[in-house]
Amino acid sequence: MSMRTLLLAGCLVACLAVSSVAEELSADAIVAKANLASYYAGKDGTAKVRMELSDGRTREFAILRRNADAGLDQRFYVYFTAPADVRKMAYLVHKKPGGNDDRWLFLPALNLVKRIAPGDKRTSFVGSDFLYEDVSGRSLAEDTHELVETTDSQYVIKNTPKAPATVEFASYTVWIDKVSFLPRKAEYFDKRGTLYRRVAATKVETVDGHPTVMESTVEDLIAGSKTVNRFTKVAYDIGLKDRLFTERFLRRPPREVTR
Amino acid sequence: MRDGVWVRGCVGAWVLLALVLPGSAGWFEDADIGLHGFGEYRYGERLETQDLEDDRALNELRVQGDAAWYHDLFTAQLKADLLFDEVAREREDVDLETGAGWFDLRQANLLASPLSWMDLKVGRQVLTWGTGDLVFINDLFPKDWQSFFLGRDDEYLKAPSDAFFVSLFPDVVNIDIAYTPRFDADRHITGERLSYWNGQAVVGQNSVLVTERPDGWFEDDELAVRAYRSVGAFELALYGYHGYWKSPGGMDAATGQWTFPRLAVYGASARGPLGNGIAHAEAGYYDSLDDRDGDDPFVNNSEARLLVGYEREIAADLTLGVQYYLERMLDYEDHMAALEAMMAPTATAREEDRHTLTLRLTWLTFNQNLVVSCFVRYSPSDEDGYVKPVATYKLSDRWQATLGGNIFFGDEPHTFLSQFKDNNNLNGSVRFSF
Repeated sequence: MSMRTLLLAGCLVACLAVSSVAEELSADAIVAKANLASYYAGKDGTAKVRMELSDGRTREFAILRRNADAGLDQRFYVYFTAPADVRKMAYLVHKKPGGNDDRWLFLPALNLVKRIAPGDKRTSFVGSDFLYEDVSGRSLAEDTHELVETTDSQYVIKNTPKAPATVEFASYTVWIDKVSFLPRKAEYFDKRGTLYRRVAATKVETVDGHPTVMESTVEDLIAGSKTVNRFTKVAYDIGLKDRLFTERFLRRPPREVTR
Repeated sequence: MRDGVWVRGCVGAWVLLALVLPGSAGWFEDADIGLHGFGEYRYGERLETQDLEDDRALNELRVQGDAAWYHDLFTAQLKADLLFDEVAREREDVDLETGAGWFDLRQANLLASPLSWMDLKVGRQVLTWGTGDLVFINDLFPKDWQSFFLGRDDEYLKAPSDAFFVSLFPDVVNIDIAYTPRFDADRHITGERLSYWNGQAVVGQNSVLVTERPDGWFEDDELAVRAYRSVGAFELALYGYHGYWKSPGGMDAATGQWTFPRLAVYGASARGPLGNGIAHAEAGYYDSLDDRDGDDPFVNNSEARLLVGYEREIAADLTLGVQYYLERMLDYEDHMAALEAMMAPTATAREEDRHTLTLRLTWLTFNQNLVVSCFVRYSPSDEDGYVKPVATYKLSDRWQATLGGNIFFGDEPHTFLSQFKDNNNLNGSVRFSF
């Protein structure tokens, strides 16, 4: 057996091993990996976001994220740069999956740090078609997950809420990339089984070794409205300190967001 | 005009910035200098015709410029308003303390972090702390009650301070120190625009309040300190203040002028999650230093103030906030005895305890482009109250319109809120932002 054949055989074995492991992944394991890929890449990260709403309105903000050293808690810092009525507002979230997030809003004109009461997570994020939960992530424990199909490149997972009265959907289906584990599409169905909402990752690039959604779109198929999110200046593992996610930096935005 | 040089300097700097930067919207979006602002027209009409004030509450055109320069070593900020206020008596004389005149300097400051655990902000700035919703116990920074009750934007409730603001962030506790070298009073009600109870009658332009304001640099100064830290999801704070009653809190019996007696305040607050909402509590001891025995009828009594509140979302995009607030005079009997001794009327004197309840509903709708908010304040002890409804509609990213009102009610002319009921007004505005 030549060296080359040996390598090839090794590769085949490895591929088979990977694919058999993959085949064996449960629905819960897939959504857990997808959750990490979508919301937890790197130890920390930053991006600039431009949101375009279908009525011509825009939202622009910089976002900083840091994962807790252990567990799934996270901290987010969002600094708005446009439009005028939200410019210089800063928004701080201490995300606690399974519990109520702690949230603060800084209103620059009054120099006021306001604590925000926990809200319905299925309401609009800054008036767009995105929901608060799309942005911060929905707790995996709130749905049951079922692997309904495996295609060449994707897992198809059907998610059914454990407490249907608390949400507007009866179920939603997510198409998850087999390699990157990034969700590429999600479709939401109402109680009559009608598709009414679609979220899609329309552009994915690898940044600092992490497959990253660079453009996402959400469509409200009933209202006929649409919001497009475009991400720029994405970076991971930039060494964000925990102390950045405190009242101090709400009151004086850090250079990471004003630059 | 003592502020003349200041004004010219600031207008100059502002105009220079406007000229240096290219003249179109969205300048330097990625650069470290930002120039923004708005133009606004605002009109307000009184609901009742009366002789004490103009029928119009507001009729003004305002242009605000807001420039910021972000540098790795510092941030510089300049924010100033040009105002054409048709109702104002004196439009020419600019007074940067009271905000009178055609120019109002809102902010002009320099922010730096000389040490990793220290921030320093020097200059004209807006300062806020504390937990209350339109109830301020330990926030003794200047307020502009006149603008607020006339129906200007909420931004104008906060009058600027000229201060050194130092923040220290050692590991155990965060400390803020605000030193104001010359006393910054509230932009309080004077009778020029809003009528008030002067102790004998409701008066307005016929009896504009004359004050004796402490104004010696580094002599008539103010010091405010806050120490705060988080414990779990709760935020705890201690406060101290040494300065003056921010709105007139006394009278010089000899001259009949209103005064700002010396005041010290010590307080504490807590804020954190409770159930599905946010609870807050705050208390303060107001030590009226010029009347520690409480028997000077011309100076405010010492007071204990207490606030508890709760806010939660009661339906999607609908938030309810409630508060209970107590102001207790601490030497009430001595105060009343002193009034009786000088044969002053006691029937219109303040009661020992002023109980206040507040309620705020905020509703976001039409894709959050319409924000409807209603704030109600009612005092069961004074049997009076105040309602402030405001609706803000964002027509586009640049255009915004508002409708609002300021409604006072009560039976007696002398109680805290009822005294303003001749000033009830409705107002509206249109704003273009750039």
